[in-house]
Amino acid sequence: MKAVTWCGTGKVSVDNVPDPKILNNRDAIVRVTSTCICGSDLHLYDGYIPGMQKGDILGHEFMGVVEEVGPGVDKAKLKKGDRVIVPFTISCGNCWYCKQQLYSCCDNSNPNAVVAEKAYGFSTAGLFGYSHLTGGYAGGQAQYARVPFADVGPFKVPESLPDEKVVFLTDIFPTGWMAAENCEIKGGEVVAVWGCGPVGQFAIRSALLLGAAKVIAIDDGTRVPERLRMAADAGAVTIDMRDEYVYDKLLELTGGRGPDACIDAVGMEAHGFTVDAFVDKVKAALMLATDRAHALRQAINCCRKGGVVSVPGVYGGLLDKVPFGAAMQKGLTFRMGQTHVMKYLPRLLGHIEAGQIDPSFVISHTLPIDRAPEAYRMFRDKQDGCTKVVLKPFAA
Amino acid sequence: MTIAQTELGQTGYGQSTTARREVGSLQAQQFTPFVNVGSTERLVTGGLGAVMTLWGVKNVTHLNLLRGAIGAGVGAMLLKRAATGHCQMYEALGVNKAGETPAPEKYFERGIHVVEAFTVMKPASELFAFWRDFSNLAKFMKHVQVAKAVDDKHSHWKVDGPLGMSVEWDAEIINEEQDKLIAWRSLGGSLVDNAGSVRFADAPGDRGTEVTVTLDYIPPAGRVSSYLAKLMGRDADQMIREDLRRFKRLMETGEVPTIEGQPIGNCAGSGDRKSVNF
Repeated sequence: MKAVTWCGTGKVSVDNVPDPKILNNRDAIVRVTSTCICGSDLHLYDGYIPGMQKGDILGHEFMGVVEEVGPGVDKAKLKKGDRVIVPFTISCGNCWYCKQQLYSCCDNSNPNAVVAEKAYGFSTAGLFGYSHLTGGYAGGQAQYARVPFADVGPFKVPESLPDEKVVFLTDIFPTGWMAAENCEIKGGEVVAVWGCGPVGQFAIRSALLLGAAKVIAIDDGTRVPERLRMAADAGAVTIDMRDEYVYDKLLELTGGRGPDACIDAVGMEAHGFTVDAFVDKVKAALMLATDRAHALRQAINCCRKGGVVSVPGVYGGLLDKVPFGAAMQKGLTFRMGQTHVMKYLPRLLGHIEAGQIDPSFVISHTLPIDRAPEAYRMFRDKQDGCTKVVLKPFAA
Repeated sequence: MTIAQTELGQTGYGQSTTARREVGSLQAQQFTPFVNVGSTERLVTGGLGAVMTLWGVKNVTHLNLLRGAIGAGVGAMLLKRAATGHCQMYEALGVNKAGETPAPEKYFERGIHVVEAFTVMKPASELFAFWRDFSNLAKFMKHVQVAKAVDDKHSHWKVDGPLGMSVEWDAEIINEEQDKLIAWRSLGGSLVDNAGSVRFADAPGDRGTEVTVTLDYIPPAGRVSSYLAKLMGRDADQMIREDLRRFKRLMETGEVPTIEGQPIGNCAGSGDRKSVNF
């Protein structure tokens, strides 16, 4: 089969590899009909996440049709021929964390737990195509994918909804949703969102669906103008960080209070136009630091007293110059984590079916899988108005 | 003598002859030679010692004094080793070939102590029953080739050793409490003497059972070999931790997660598009 493989920093390849096989009783094989490149794949592409090996199959946003199920899969939950979306987190469904619906903290799905434990103290869930720290599972940017614990993750979607409307249930829609849910919105709050990539877009829409009075979207309007436009389309007030000083503008837009909740939908590869962002960039280049936390610092600083900082953006290692004094003195609450995808699927599918949201708005490009190398480059460099790429594994 | 000197003397560091004698007798008590040479080896050693001694004496009678001294000296040492059954070198290396089950204090003196714990979302009774059935153990203990019950209390073990060799021993259950505890020790003649226990205790807040494994083992060449094992990546703590993690996973999910056998690319761009370096 064809598969997109990681071949070093800034290098991906479309390789011919053997088809995946059932390796454990609870596995299933899915024939992939749509698979996407995620912003977090760019962290791998740019070499910021440790534990990648040459030849690893990429991709954690994919859906398709169940081709085969192992003997241990509960047939009432999944059978051959089912059309499913596959959450990017792999969860056993049996451990205490899964029972608490903290699916991304699953105790049992990471075969490489010993390494994760050394890096993070405890091992979290295995993820598809996301480095050997999270298990080294072959990803879904391929024609077929093996799905472990297949009676827990894969979620059946109705035939009436096209791939484009449901494929983002695998990651970015629930991730944006969880980011907004973590803001503890009760109605009437002002939520500021740093980063208007796909996760930021879904966070904006989710915050509004959850009852936020106002959502303020912050991004670089010169580099990716379409993102701020999309945010405005959803009903957000926008701040172009290149034109305006973010803190001053936020005060102006919140009657001097500051946002009730701040979402960092940027993560470890933040760009910025202030001194700290420049220092981060130098340190990362010199291997003195891994993560560049410009957006997080600004979110902490701008958040109102007693507010919430919600972090769906991915961080992998150590942060420098985090204004922890500001966080402590202002009594902030931090909510974060990899998404507990399965927890949100029934509700979010309901929103799609009811027509309250059509996730396909983020897609800018649909390409055959053979063109993955140029798609990665285009997405990283934000060329051609690229906001989201869907790859078709069986298209010519 | 000042008070300070007396105190020093009594701790064994001073000049007092009385104190030194005390320390001497303490040492003698602590390091009483024990039998650490097997009986066949003692016979062979004795024979070799006798031959060496005779050869030495013969050389002395032929006025070859150097040869005579070496022969008689080495011969006498071997004879002593045969007679007492104690070998200084074996003691230094921590080797015991006499085939006796080590006394508990030997574990304290020369053993390695390991404790690992995991909480498993299953009732203690279920976990106890699985563990008590020796035929299940090789399912989660990676380096165990065979673990089988000989009778209700005794079992036979075959485990991966260093350099592709395997190590075998017999073990007995020395303590057992239904659904709570299983404790065992290896019996005499084992290359790696070991004793351990697994405890099952209810975790607070409906989180299943806390499973704690303790293992003490005496490595075949003393602590040196355990450092060597660490260098070679076969750290006992980690091995036991991973075994216990596999136990948790097997009990909770019915399987042990793996990626062995999944496809991997060659970065040759053998799909339709050549790999592109940007």
